[in-house]
Amino acid sequence: MMALLPAEDVKGKIEAGVPGASVTVIQNGSPSGQHSLLLHAEHGRAVAEFLRNDPELKMDFCSNVTGVDWLDTDASEKIKVKKMVAGPDGTQTEQEVDEVRKTRTPGYLEAVYHLFSIEKKHGPVILRMRTGNRTDQTHLPSLTPVWRSAEFQEREVFDLYGIVFDEHPDLRRILMWDGFKDYPMRKDYVPPADEVETAEVNP
Amino acid sequence: MADDLKELKIELSKNGIFTTTLEELYNWGRKNSVWPLTFGLACCAIEMIATTMARYDLARFGAEVFRPSPRQADLIIVSGTVTKKMAPQVVRLYNQMPEPKYVIAMGACAISGGPFRDGYNVLKGIDRYIPVDVHIPGCPPRPEALIHAFMTLQKKIDQQALTGESRPRHLHADLPSEFPVPAYGDHGLEPPANPDVFPARADNPLKVLQ
Repeated sequence: MMALLPAEDVKGKIEAGVPGASVTVIQNGSPSGQHSLLLHAEHGRAVAEFLRNDPELKMDFCSNVTGVDWLDTDASEKIKVKKMVAGPDGTQTEQEVDEVRKTRTPGYLEAVYHLFSIEKKHGPVILRMRTGNRTDQTHLPSLTPVWRSAEFQEREVFDLYGIVFDEHPDLRRILMWDGFKDYPMRKDYVPPADEVETAEVNP
Repeated sequence: MADDLKELKIELSKNGIFTTTLEELYNWGRKNSVWPLTFGLACCAIEMIATTMARYDLARFGAEVFRPSPRQADLIIVSGTVTKKMAPQVVRLYNQMPEPKYVIAMGACAISGGPFRDGYNVLKGIDRYIPVDVHIPGCPPRPEALIHAFMTLQKKIDQQALTGESRPRHLHADLPSEFPVPAYGDHGLEPPANPDVFPARADNPLKVLQ
């Protein structure tokens, strides 16, 4: 039986053990309660090495690497603003007017790692790292130099989500062919037009 | 064969005289020695293997010799999911088989993409690139279904005329025996289907069913 590691404890150990690293705990409300740790990409490699080498944690096994695509989100809220409004007789009066304010939160791609310790029989520790955006800042540090088992799974994440793992020893597509241009697991992926099937209603 | 000749043949056989035609003899030989290609793609292949084993015994139909080379095979059983990455290799194997050659598309994936039809990586049926003689639905089809498909193919071979306009493809000198191998494109396979084999969408009978 794997002993659960409280995410807050791991966060404290990382922040004490890796200079400059800050970790955010992301709560998981499900009964499993497997809360995850959000890392900054620039400390990702150092944190990974700490987790593997720390004598108390000894996270020697990376069981799973996967990706998540978070789209840009648009939020619109109605707010009341005071504005000068011209009345029917031409005089300017101050009135409260409803205004819709739109805010766009840029999306990002996320890599998720599940770590266990075979030696200490505890886990999982779940790491997340996020890219700057979904278009041109899609680099994350590769953790393959720390856990060899991440190699193919990082290639898969690269293939299907388009996250570029720096320092990966052999970053090529693994499922789709090399000339393929899309990232099919992204939420805005559109299949080729000739394959889109719509239910047509017969006249 | 004309009707009076058929009657004569029956009459002769009643008197212990066996007559046949070259066409009948030739097709009888062909249909009872169909050699499939050793070729499987997914779980349907397991059912195909079971069909050849002692319990179902495809050897009863003369098809026990699975050939390891397409050059010696008469039949390709497309048993399983054809991914877009695999499709060119399947077409190439078919092209390497000598005429006359036949195709059985086995299972939901091979005939239509099956449960993976909406996916980005699975071909929506091998009949987009090669001419399929018998389609078997099922996920996976039981060995009995494969045997039924095989008997259907035997019936088809038996009824092929060797002369006349309706003669099969391998007896038409001008009809192709090789089909274009699709290429890996930027977004999918190119072309998405071979129009000579797969009907254009407007004439697609499936569209009526939707």
